[in-house]
Amino acid sequence: MSHLFDKPRIRLSGDRAILVEYGDAIDPAVNEKVRAMAALLKQGLPDGVEAVIPAYRNLSLLYDPLVTSPEKLLSLLQGLEARLNEIEIPAPRIVEIPVLYGGEFGPDIEVVAQHNGLTAEQVVAIHAATDYPIYMIGFTPGFCYLGGLDRRIHTPRRKTPRTLLPGGSVGIAEAQTGMYPVDSPGGWQIIGRTPLKLFAPERSNPFLYEAGDRIRFVPVRGEEYERIRAKEGS
Amino acid sequence: MDAFRVISPGSFTTVQDRGRYRFIDRGVPPSGALDLFAYGIANLLVGNSAGTAVLEITMIGPALEVLGEADVAFAGADMAVTVNRQPVPMWQTVPVKKGDVIRIRQAKSGCRAYLAVTGGIDVPVVMGSRATCVKAKIGGLDGRVLRKDDVLGRIPAELLATPRILPADFIPVYPPYIVLRAVAGPQEEVFRSGLESFFGSIYEVTPESDRMGYRLQGPPVHHDGGFPQSIVSEPTVPGNVQLPADGQPIILLVEQTTGGYTKIATVISTDLPKIAQAIPGNRVRFQRVTLEEAHGIYRKQARLLRDIEARLSSCR
Repeated sequence: MSHLFDKPRIRLSGDRAILVEYGDAIDPAVNEKVRAMAALLKQGLPDGVEAVIPAYRNLSLLYDPLVTSPEKLLSLLQGLEARLNEIEIPAPRIVEIPVLYGGEFGPDIEVVAQHNGLTAEQVVAIHAATDYPIYMIGFTPGFCYLGGLDRRIHTPRRKTPRTLLPGGSVGIAEAQTGMYPVDSPGGWQIIGRTPLKLFAPERSNPFLYEAGDRIRFVPVRGEEYERIRAKEGS
Repeated sequence: MDAFRVISPGSFTTVQDRGRYRFIDRGVPPSGALDLFAYGIANLLVGNSAGTAVLEITMIGPALEVLGEADVAFAGADMAVTVNRQPVPMWQTVPVKKGDVIRIRQAKSGCRAYLAVTGGIDVPVVMGSRATCVKAKIGGLDGRVLRKDDVLGRIPAELLATPRILPADFIPVYPPYIVLRAVAGPQEEVFRSGLESFFGSIYEVTPESDRMGYRLQGPPVHHDGGFPQSIVSEPTVPGNVQLPADGQPIILLVEQTTGGYTKIATVISTDLPKIAQAIPGNRVRFQRVTLEEAHGIYRKQARLLRDIEARLSSCR
């Protein structure tokens, strides 16, 4: 069953923002619509629109009430939507994230393996076999909400969260997988770490990805990890 | 050029500007001055352009040694400011010189004051803004609050020939009981039975209130039966009032970008400065306005700010 709405629904989020909803649940078809609309809007921001923030099933538009209004924006969005078929929406970018799985950097990989009756090698193979769509970025700078984790490696959170997870940690929590861009506390089962700097405020583009891109985890060995880490200065 | 040396930092003093909006789609909070009205006036009073970096001072202010001649101005919470032990007024230009000592004490009314200096506080621009985000450790002074012995620079700019004074009728008051105008939504439909109670109740500001959000306490507002407690996480904006399972409202402010709780209403942008100046124990009531009314208020506020700017800029 598709969760896609026939027409977008608008919700007011105060006097300077609207949420435009394309569906009511987490659904790849709904998110694809959000991704397409966000890509179109970012090709040329409409007058009075200050920011476009895509999420799982909706996007948020920040606007200047002196210039535009929710009614104007809704009719503009519907006009854009009519043109969706004519306009080439770029295919999702695939962003490769090298990961050193297991060992010191992935202390919970055996927990994930045992919970699912697998070996650590199988966990790695399954985790690295999917290109995960980024549904939304939030919580901390660069933290991705990813879809598509294989059921065979779903694993509950740790009973006791760790007080400090190093930036770059890659983990699993229930049906989600993701990475911690910066040091933070967290209860996810940690299966590996990337040597990439996922949040680099000093760079002109501090992030490697945006919502709508796909994340591909690529297993690397220790030497490769160290080589990338040295290059990144992370 | 050097502006101040920090003798004592105050309870929570940060460098802020209008905020960092370029990367909110990547989870970077906007940060920025919480009371954008007082912030804007402070800059006008020293001849700075909009968006210039200032110090945001919370509850208990810092003591600063002046390292070079400059104009400063204090706006927002009344913090009994002295220069060389002589009281100086808020809301007007105060010329200072090398060796002066500025002391900013505890707020007598309000919560946050803004100190603007000629040219603006000179810290590196990070991702398009100088605003401090303590959570992401970026902006301001290495993404942190001021510390003793920090030296703050300012961007070189001309001093004013004539001090500027904000006419008294524009100076806001910060009463212990505030009315916040709010537009219903984005998820008002899950509170059909609670909406009336929400807009009719009086809430108290709790001590768990900061730049991330203000937690209120009062008659709980619950979801109608059949609706889940949480929603698929989505983008939030400053002013969103979210209601977690305990039914106690949280007004979201500038240090987060997404959330998964339902939001019953959103405080209009013109009234956000009132929250910025509220302290624990203050009482809050929400007054429902339509979007048309909210936009009318927004336009009126924009005219007011243009009027203030014209009047202040006419004194060179």
